[in-house]
Amino acid sequence: MRYRAIIGRDLRLAYRRRGELATPVIFFVIVTALFPLALNPDPALLRTLAPGVIWVAALLAVLIGQDRLFKTDYEDGSLELMLLSPISLEWIVLLRVFTHWLVTGLPLVILSLLLAMMLDYPMHAIGILVMSLLLGTPILSFLGAIGASLTVGLRRGFMLLPILVLPLTIPVLIFGAAAAGRAALGDHSAAPLYFLGAMLMLTVTLSPFAIAGGLRVSLES
Amino acid sequence: MFVWFHKLASPPFFYRFAQKLAPWLGWLSLLVILAGLYGGLWLAPPDYQQGDGFRIIYVHVPSAMLSMFAYMVMATAAAIGLIWRMKLAHAVSAAVAPLGASFTFLALITGSLWGKPMWGTYWVWDARLTSELILLFLYLGYIALNHAFEDRRTGDRASAILALVGVVNIPIIHYSVQWWNTLHQGQTIFFGPKSEMPPSMYIPLFIMILGFMLFFAAFSLKRLQVEVLQRENKSAWVRELVETT
Repeated sequence: MRYRAIIGRDLRLAYRRRGELATPVIFFVIVTALFPLALNPDPALLRTLAPGVIWVAALLAVLIGQDRLFKTDYEDGSLELMLLSPISLEWIVLLRVFTHWLVTGLPLVILSLLLAMMLDYPMHAIGILVMSLLLGTPILSFLGAIGASLTVGLRRGFMLLPILVLPLTIPVLIFGAAAAGRAALGDHSAAPLYFLGAMLMLTVTLSPFAIAGGLRVSLES
Repeated sequence: MFVWFHKLASPPFFYRFAQKLAPWLGWLSLLVILAGLYGGLWLAPPDYQQGDGFRIIYVHVPSAMLSMFAYMVMATAAAIGLIWRMKLAHAVSAAVAPLGASFTFLALITGSLWGKPMWGTYWVWDARLTSELILLFLYLGYIALNHAFEDRRTGDRASAILALVGVVNIPIIHYSVQWWNTLHQGQTIFFGPKSEMPPSMYIPLFIMILGFMLFFAAFSLKRLQVEVLQRENKSAWVRELVETT
């Protein structure tokens, strides 16, 4: 019941700030559109680049969305109330990051279908691409939330966040792009998908502790 | 023993302890490094394949080892600081991080200088090079976060969490990068009869590693002294120290 209240609050807030939520999605589309312009619109080239381009753009878009995750709650003091509430902060954080992924990460996954077509990504492999993003973007959300929790008290935190988080996201990028790339070539892509799944389990279980720890440090000051 | 250990955590006691120990370690490291260099650059025979070019390992391998060792020191100290709220432990992490970043940079530079004649290019996206580059990014992120806060203690605790997240991630990064691509030569130094290197080559290398370790210890202590002075700049013993010198 209380858990549902937390998710419901975040969903309502998200609905009332629709414009803010659209930013990462628009960013995702624009960044992807820059690659054909910068490189070469040759379909054969785009087909080989598509998995990497979509993955890099999704990674950056997720990180951009994470910056605001705790900011308004930090500024108006709701975060302190969450710290004082009888539910442990780790649980709250887990639910909130998941809700945030529902409204920022999931639209990216859906939109990747369209972008994949525009980059001439083979249709038979599109299921694997979506699968890799479905498993990978929540990991990115949780890693980004670690950075957001540490920088929430800083005025220029949005500058620092990518520097802190990007090195940590490299394994996700490697396995995610590998799964999508292999599927495009008609290869087996189960192994990288399993790795993504394992990393997802690891981040969902461990990162709430780091995020809650980061929030406690930020709130103490 | 434990009493002495507890005393060591007190900043003024530690400062005087480091003041005595650091010069000894510093001069010793100079001697050991000179001995290692003599062994590596004059006594060791040229490699049958790489000629004299292999001699860069006498700087490359110790700095690569220390780049990882320094991260472990930094993360261990960060954990101690977070768990037992020990001020000195946070100072250790903050003092060691720039040294670790420098060793990482040195390992990358020496590696790429060696790569030009051997692989024909300064940089390849090989697994170990890439991991080392990511390690440099992790150090830079830690240093940036540590300095981003106005309150020193908040910065210490926030960056300590980041260092611990990094420790969990390092093996994952290491293996994912390794499966992604590898070109770097495998391990060639083993103890005992399995070793592919003659003793005249690997003994100077061990001497160099020891020398780099001593150098790292000496400079960590010196940097730590500066950190302690900055953090304790309002306390009576620092004032006394500044006035008497």
